[in-house]
Amino acid sequence: MRRLKEFVLQKIVLLCGVASILFVALIFLFLVKEGLNVFKAVSPSHFLLGRSWYPISEPAQFGILPLILGSLLVTAGATVISVAIGVACAVYIAEVARPAVRETLKVGIELLAAIPSIVLGFIGMVTLVPWVKKIFHLPTGLTALSGSIMLAFMAMPTIVSIAEDALHAVPRSYKEGAYALGATRWQTIHRVILRAASPGIAAAVMLGIGRVIGETMAVMMITGNAAVIPHGILQPVRTLTATIAGEMGEAAVGSEHYYALFAIGTLLFVISFGINVTADLLLHKRRS
Amino acid sequence: MGEDLDKLKIQVNNLNLWYSSFQALKDVNASFKERLITAIIGPSGCGKTTLLRVFNRMNDLVEGVRVAGTVMVDGINVIAPDTDLMTLRRKIGMVFQRPNPFPLSTYENVVFGPRIHGRAGKNELDDIAEKSLQAVLLWDELKDRLDKPALSLSLEQQQRLCIARLIAVRSDILLLDEPCSALDPQATQAIEELMRGLKNNYTLIVVTHNMQQAARVSDETGFMLLGELIEFGETDQIFTRPRDKRTEDYITGRFG
Ligand SMILES: Nc1ncnc2c1ncn2[C@@H]1O[C@H](COP(=O)(O)OP(=O)(O)OP(=O)(O)O)[C@@H](O)[C@H]1O
Ligand SMILES: [Mg+2]
Repeated sequence: MRRLKEFVLQKIVLLCGVASILFVALIFLFLVKEGLNVFKAVSPSHFLLGRSWYPISEPAQFGILPLILGSLLVTAGATVISVAIGVACAVYIAEVARPAVRETLKVGIELLAAIPSIVLGFIGMVTLVPWVKKIFHLPTGLTALSGSIMLAFMAMPTIVSIAEDALHAVPRSYKEGAYALGATRWQTIHRVILRAASPGIAAAVMLGIGRVIGETMAVMMITGNAAVIPHGILQPVRTLTATIAGEMGEAAVGSEHYYALFAIGTLLFVISFGINVTADLLLHKRRS
Repeated sequence: MGEDLDKLKIQVNNLNLWYSSFQALKDVNASFKERLITAIIGPSGCGKTTLLRVFNRMNDLVEGVRVAGTVMVDGINVIAPDTDLMTLRRKIGMVFQRPNPFPLSTYENVVFGPRIHGRAGKNELDDIAEKSLQAVLLWDELKDRLDKPALSLSLEQQQRLCIARLIAVRSDILLLDEPCSALDPQATQAIEELMRGLKNNYTLIVVTHNMQQAARVSDETGFMLLGELIEFGETDQIFTRPRDKRTEDYITGRFG
């Protein structure tokens, strides 16, 4: 009886494990199968490099370059902001702060992670957007920059906590060696500790960005949603994710538009997957 | 150089040190002579490392440390709160128990000190790197692989490299905390030889668990027990005619 129970349990666990892989594979297959249909209407190069996205005009145009650039711009901006602030914050927590301050900050960072992204988006819309408009004297504050700042906040908790782990894992002996040579605290941090922790920090950044690249609603709310090729970070843009979220409801099942959205989904899947795998490799490199 | 030999480099007077409430050094008095090797021996936990770390103020990194007494290095009290630690640590270099080169190239390790102390000319740094590596007899072995990661070197080479780092900042006192305990006997012998060679230009203080090593390399020896410096004198005398019963017990292996 007992052995039967063991056996059944074991199989159930195995099944769950296999199922999770299977689901990912199925989702990917489904995305690709639906997405590939778009290439009956438009060639891959026109799809990826086309400069106009007019999915419902006659004739429809399915060029996603503006969307790719919109995503890139928002993500790149978010990366710069979150790396600068996130790494500085991790260094402060790991190397400078007194224990009491450190614990408080860590709790604060965790709380930031607990805020639902839609709430962040909505706070951004009523506070950040007007600020951006005022500071840069723009006709609208709904810009790529607003989206970048928003996403940076979302990526920050991941970046800070993983980067802090990496900094913590730097052997004490490196630090002592630097101090014993007469290095100041700052020299020790930037010449030894940051370098020693750099693979872990890179992984932290990748995971942070990987987490927000698929972020949709908050970005859609504050980036202005204009599917045009952006010429700067102070212009409205539209991201790949926002496009899917905004248009899936109105695209008729089986239409070219519908397939195009699936193709965008496939592209997003591939990008996220690539980023996560790279981050994983970096973390493993650090451990071995 | 003959008269130089007896110049006092470090003078320790009534040195006491507490880690919070635990007293790790008790009324230590000693003088370390210039261009000699002084060994500090004693059982585990007796305060050898702590004493060494008073000299370059590495104990400052530990929370709750209190120090009383004076440590005069070249006539200046390094315990004084206004001591410039960057300058002090440059003058008094430290080699650790486990070799701890930075995860950088061999070259970058050697020039790390000169760089942080503001010497940046490429030619000057190349020159310093060559001289420093020559001083620890690594130059011929490594001159073609200076850009290889230092962590890929053998432990003995790493330890030599750590000494070269100190030579590069022109330290004149070298503190070595069990520098051979991570090395095999052959490498140990090689490092000991290096220490003897360095004696011509540097004042060395070496902490060791290995009494043979103390007897082999040092000119003077101090024996510590439970935070006290029990006996201090010429190595020959300490090992052949110890004055204190506790020293005798220790060197004859009755405890430790
Ligand atoms: N950071 C610290 N906080 C509190 N106590 C400490 C600290 N470092 C050392 N001690 C204590 O001070 C005493 C002397 O330690 P120290 O490391 O100087 O001994 P040691 O002679 O170097 O020993 P070993 O031969 O094992 O290296 C020990 O009892 C140790 O437990
Ligand atoms: Mg010790």
